[in-house]
Amino acid sequence: MPIGDLAPELGVLFTALAVLLLAMILPQRRHGWCAILAIAGLAVAAILAHAMAGETRLTFSGTFAIDGATAWARLLILGVTASCAALAPRWFTTDRRHGEFYAMLLLSALGAMAMAGAADLMQLVMGVLLSSVTGYVLAAYHRDWEISLEAGMKYFLMGALANGLLVIGAVLVTGMAGSTDYRQLSGSIPDDPLTLTGLVLIVTGLFFKLGAVPGHAWVPDVAEGAPVPAAAFLTVVPKIAGAVALYRLISLAPGVQTLSLLVALVAALTMTLGNLSALWQEDLRRLIGWSSVSQTGYALMAVAVAGRTPQALPALLAFMGVYAVANIVAFAAVAELRGRTARNDWAGLIRVRPGIVCALILAFLSFVGIPPLAGFLGKFALFTATLDAELGWLVVVAIANTALSLFYYLRIVGPGVFGVAPESGIATLGGMARGTLWTALALLLAASVTWRVLWSALPGTILP
Amino acid sequence: MLTFAVLVPLFAALLLAFVPVGHAAARAIATGAAALALLALVVTWIGGGEGFRAVAEVPWIPELGIAWRVGVDGMSLALALMSALLFAVTTAWPMEDLPDARAYYAWMAFLAGVSIGLFVTLDLIVFYVFFDLGLVGMYFLIGRWGHGEAQHAALKFFVYTLAGSLLILIGIIALALNMPELTFDMRAMIGSPPLAAAGMVPGLVFLAFVVGFGIKTPVFPVHTWLPPAHVNAPGPASALLAGVLLKMGAYGLIRIPLQMMPETFARWALPLAILGVVSILWGSVVAFAQDNLKRRIAYTSVNHMGYTVLGIAVAGSALGSETARELALTGAVVEMIAHGLITGALFLIAGAVWQRTQDYHLPNFGGLAGPAPRLAGVATLAAFASLGLPGLAGFVAELHIFVGAFGVYPWLAAIGLLGIVITAALFLGMLRQMFFGVTPPERAGFADLTGLELGLLAVLLALVVLIGLWPAWLLGLVDAGGILPLAGAEG
Repeated sequence: MPIGDLAPELGVLFTALAVLLLAMILPQRRHGWCAILAIAGLAVAAILAHAMAGETRLTFSGTFAIDGATAWARLLILGVTASCAALAPRWFTTDRRHGEFYAMLLLSALGAMAMAGAADLMQLVMGVLLSSVTGYVLAAYHRDWEISLEAGMKYFLMGALANGLLVIGAVLVTGMAGSTDYRQLSGSIPDDPLTLTGLVLIVTGLFFKLGAVPGHAWVPDVAEGAPVPAAAFLTVVPKIAGAVALYRLISLAPGVQTLSLLVALVAALTMTLGNLSALWQEDLRRLIGWSSVSQTGYALMAVAVAGRTPQALPALLAFMGVYAVANIVAFAAVAELRGRTARNDWAGLIRVRPGIVCALILAFLSFVGIPPLAGFLGKFALFTATLDAELGWLVVVAIANTALSLFYYLRIVGPGVFGVAPESGIATLGGMARGTLWTALALLLAASVTWRVLWSALPGTILP
Repeated sequence: MLTFAVLVPLFAALLLAFVPVGHAAARAIATGAAALALLALVVTWIGGGEGFRAVAEVPWIPELGIAWRVGVDGMSLALALMSALLFAVTTAWPMEDLPDARAYYAWMAFLAGVSIGLFVTLDLIVFYVFFDLGLVGMYFLIGRWGHGEAQHAALKFFVYTLAGSLLILIGIIALALNMPELTFDMRAMIGSPPLAAAGMVPGLVFLAFVVGFGIKTPVFPVHTWLPPAHVNAPGPASALLAGVLLKMGAYGLIRIPLQMMPETFARWALPLAILGVVSILWGSVVAFAQDNLKRRIAYTSVNHMGYTVLGIAVAGSALGSETARELALTGAVVEMIAHGLITGALFLIAGAVWQRTQDYHLPNFGGLAGPAPRLAGVATLAAFASLGLPGLAGFVAELHIFVGAFGVYPWLAAIGLLGIVITAALFLGMLRQMFFGVTPPERAGFADLTGLELGLLAVLLALVVLIGLWPAWLLGLVDAGGILPLAGAEG
């Protein structure tokens, strides 16, 4: 068995086990070391993943694809997981199960990596399940806070349904096509109603991971209720993995126009619903959650044009990468202010904490796609790909939504900048959380300058 | 040299954002930056040349055909010069009791760099970048230093105009995708216009541009963001909004649809001309009905930009004689310059009135010619220029536009002339209400303009008079013939 092909995944797995053991040995007040260990393990896995970046082949009897998309998804997932781990130490200082959080985080990341590289329906189901099961725990990690429990419960119930549909879909497709292997499915998926139903069910299961309609309802609850480091993780990492997995799946059946059309419709619905729901939110985390739903809608545009333009995959990866970084900035700003989330509490904050508020504003403007921030370049790539595939109506829906989204971001930015400053001092988290905020912001700003390098490094094709 | 003119104000903004300096120093830095940019542009102007000059190019994302490309022709150089001058004047404009002065001047300098950048760039994506950044800068200026419903006005302004700019982005991408090789170089697109065939797609792309730039210009019926933004913005920001930011819309309309899609433009010129005439009439009639000083001036902007749109539509109509179209385009560009100078001055005057009284309600004023003769003098001159009195800049512009329009769409031109009559009435009414009659008791201690304020206004108005009396230098600089030939060749 070519065990080395899964070196990054194995690295994450072993780190998770090591973190679990370390958490058992160390006294609770020293559990911060678990974060260090987790980040170190993730760094090693990232180096391994980077070393494999140029390769393109299937491995483990064709169940796992090693290609450009996997490489980018691995690096992104590892990076985002590391920044979420860095947000956590001070956040969980008083939590009795502090150390175990990192183990759970790493296992969830492992599930996401397995999902992104899956080239076999069984492998896909396995990845989705691992990513989901750990996700429920992460969402409900604040056991004593009912909003967190509610988020976890909602995530679990929706996830159970969606994953059930996914498994049924996989069974249908396997039964009709006679294989779970993407290589054999590729181009030879029978075009009958039962197989199509199976495909639609699988896609629906992935929509849940992505937070797209109809599997979107958990996102705002998790964003609001989960611990901020977990919320930052859950709104991004399953999305990256789900997007790549969905793209791989859609590419299998290039002849089935129904699927592309379905994805396009879901994209339009998701961005519109996410934005409309975000409009009057008074809770910042919930607002970021709904905006994250709408961002999924934009990303799905690239999936909808998969195979119809060479720019589809680069646009998807570029947009997802930029979104992930900006999302980390936004959640890191919230974490740095110790979870400050009511809209009114942000009024006039720029006079007290100018740096943090500016970081949040830049993240929001990047979400909107105000140039020259990297968010613009991501959206530009998406729009170009979609127009190239002559899906003009979808782009029109997307720009209407973009203008709409500016409104609710400004509902936070406006009071934050123009409002009256609060009287008392504002407590911050500091430590690694602050470091994460500035690092992620620097990455976001640097991305526009180095866009050329990033863009030319993105893969154009996907396996199989 | 052009890159220098863009970067100096941007660096000044960065400097002001991070280095703690006092009010006076901040103002000096921002004004100095705008003045340096103006100087750089004047040097470019003296350098002379034909077509696009002072061209420079630095690659950004070559894979997508995007690069930092700068260069100016007569039209954009004239607009950039006007913008830089207006920025220098408005930044130098004294603002008393200004909270967060450093941030205010940082945003002013930022906006100066962005606006000049928009006019001098030759890359459509860089154009779009500056177009959007202008919105960001103006949003913070209105929201932070405005008065009344400032936040609401700023929000409406930002969302409304972002919707327009996104339409422009679609159009830009559609144009670039239809080039033989993916590029966003304006020169390449002007040289071989893409989407030349008739059909749905060019029509839709053209529509996207017209709506997008129409919102910014603004054209009836998408002008409704303008009055609240103007009324609630601080005086200098209003002057910039009217003087510089509105020009971005009209400039874009000439640069992109007219120059890059001449055939489609010609097919749709008549509806656009009708829109222009409706804006002329609507702007003037609604302005006539306003009791709020700033709202009245704001609606005259709709009216004046209507003249510009009419001129542009006539220029791209591919009907009538080439001379008529050239005249109309010259008029449109001169109208942009003249409107920038005149309305800039008018809004600064309105700002001065607000600083003294915190009031814009016209019936609350009267007889100010007595206590404030200087204010009365400059306001009268600016108002006369705005209503198109011969010998002042507005007249030159409107004469060109209407002479051109009579050669192409005589009926529309005749209807449009009504707008001039109404504008004259509304400005005369405004002057009468403010400066003549009985002074209300609460205006007893009204202070006249200070020497500095008068000096700054005098710079703007001197140019207005100069263009009015001796327009040849400006007409030569604009060189409408150099913009049109490609559009005219199809006629």
